[in-house]
Amino acid sequence: MSLNASLPVPDAARPAGDARRSAPDGGAPAPARRRRRSWGSTAVGVALLAVLLFPLYWMVNVSLQPAGSASRTSWFPSQLSFEGYRTAFEQQSGNLVTSLVVSLGAVALSLVIAAPAAYALAQFRIRYAGVVLFGVLISQMIPGIIVANALYSAYNDLGLLNTVGGLVLADATAGIPFAILILLAFMRSLEPSLVEAARVDGAGPIRAFVSVVLPISRNALITAGLFTFLFAWGDFLFALTLTTTADVRPITLGLYQYIGTYVSDWSTVMATAVMASLPAIALLVLAQRYVAAGVTGGAVK
Amino acid sequence: MSTTTTRTDGAAARPQDGSGDGPTADGAAPRRSRWRGPRARVRLLELAFLAPAVLYLLAFFGYPVVQNLLMGFQDYTTRTFVTGEAPWVGLDNYATVLGDPAFGRTALNTAIFTVGSIAGQFVLGLAIAVFFRRRFPLGNLLRSLLLLPWLIPLIAASAVWGWILDRDNGVLNQVLGALGIVSGSPGWLTDTSLALVAVIVVNIWIGIPFNTTILYAGLQDVPEELYEAGSLDGATGWRAFRHITWPLLRPVVTVVLVLGVVYTLKVLDVILGLTQGGPAGATQTLAVQSYNLSFTQFEFGLGAAVGNVLIVVSLLFAVLYLRANRRAVDE
Repeated sequence: MSLNASLPVPDAARPAGDARRSAPDGGAPAPARRRRRSWGSTAVGVALLAVLLFPLYWMVNVSLQPAGSASRTSWFPSQLSFEGYRTAFEQQSGNLVTSLVVSLGAVALSLVIAAPAAYALAQFRIRYAGVVLFGVLISQMIPGIIVANALYSAYNDLGLLNTVGGLVLADATAGIPFAILILLAFMRSLEPSLVEAARVDGAGPIRAFVSVVLPISRNALITAGLFTFLFAWGDFLFALTLTTTADVRPITLGLYQYIGTYVSDWSTVMATAVMASLPAIALLVLAQRYVAAGVTGGAVK
Repeated sequence: MSTTTTRTDGAAARPQDGSGDGPTADGAAPRRSRWRGPRARVRLLELAFLAPAVLYLLAFFGYPVVQNLLMGFQDYTTRTFVTGEAPWVGLDNYATVLGDPAFGRTALNTAIFTVGSIAGQFVLGLAIAVFFRRRFPLGNLLRSLLLLPWLIPLIAASAVWGWILDRDNGVLNQVLGALGIVSGSPGWLTDTSLALVAVIVVNIWIGIPFNTTILYAGLQDVPEELYEAGSLDGATGWRAFRHITWPLLRPVVTVVLVLGVVYTLKVLDVILGLTQGGPAGATQTLAVQSYNLSFTQFEFGLGAAVGNVLIVVSLLFAVLYLRANRRAVDE
């Protein structure tokens, strides 16, 4: 039944810290030769990262250079200039706010819908639960353009084009199936006795869910929420197809329009790209363990 | 919904109760009384946990798929939004789309883009995952930094790559020119013979972190003792990988590859951000064509027809995925 079972349970979704990942590196005194070799590995690793992350360095580098100066960008921002950021912020701050509002909305909607569903799939005996789970898995495979194609006319009829609500609903298409899978993996591991204890104390299913299940699912909820946020924040397709005016325009779309029209001023374009990438960077710095858990747990994107 | 709760077999029913039995006790209840009696309220409540998700999935996945299927048989254009009319045209849309001489090119592009991206992402991702399996100082930190390209918005990645690959001012041509590797400045995104390769390279770059992370997690599940036992028999390095790692990793590999195909088929942001399907259709895939037909030419019927072709291909691989997954569970 567990169609998703071959994927590992996310670390952060586990109730207690997991020792496996955090195996100490230099705990035991290693022979000198081995230690030298492991620092050699570090050097290789750093070099590898330098190559793979070069485009990101370039993004920051270009964003800090004077706009449209020379045709050739220099390798370091020796002539430090924040002009690009100033222009980008002037023109894109409204779009940043839109992105933030839409993403937070998508997180709220996704968790409100996914958490009870995951709990029901994990702990209740519901007929056709397998069918629902199958639907969740299949839904992740449906190309976004299919959804956009149909939503455009539906939104047009319902007056949802160019609305925050419309984008929130559409952006949750990435978050909801993902959040269900992440939370399901965790809630399957819950001891039913935990909930039963609460029920014996007279709590109904809803109270037991809210006061017992949700608090212990905190880590899994954070993982699901963070990724839902990133998916919605990075959404480009729905922003492109379901908005037609500048009223509700996420930062991704603002950036896309730069690429088409503004090519002479690349420092502004790159400054916008940096601003659009900030949530991802912040996440990696602040919530590293949830991030690794999310990538393996949902196996999405 | 709860109005159907009539307590007929009230023997055990205390007022305001019925939630006392754990959910697991319900399985044994006779089917006849499913919607009646004290347990009915619990059962309905339980369904209410799941109902919003089911409704959402139906509205935002079920409806679009059905609607696309229908639109594929309709003359659905901008006029439809004004008049509300979308005449049925049978298989005309499919005849138009499949009969277009450029369709072969689009299908081939899709295949090359998918296979090229997956091959690159997988091989590099696996190599990096195996590398990070060694324990070394800062290993975990480096491994998580590796995720960055995957976490930033695709359109931001496209923007910076567009500038790196720029024909006249891009840093790639700057370096290649200085090293004397190429003569002139190749237009990575503007030359019809290079654009598809460039787009694939960017997509590989985006996909490496995902592949690395999943494969790394799979590698962690290979017991260390097997390598110790293997090394006694002389299986180290490549031989250890070939005879110990690979067989045990196979289920994860299948999942990664099939998911990779499904996700690559629907890639749109990267191509729109870099080339918009151009130059002259050189990077047009099925997903991009569906977008262009629907949202730049407003031929929603034609766009839906292409989209439906895409769905069929995706579902084919989705079935493979589910079967592979089930086999992985059985093993």
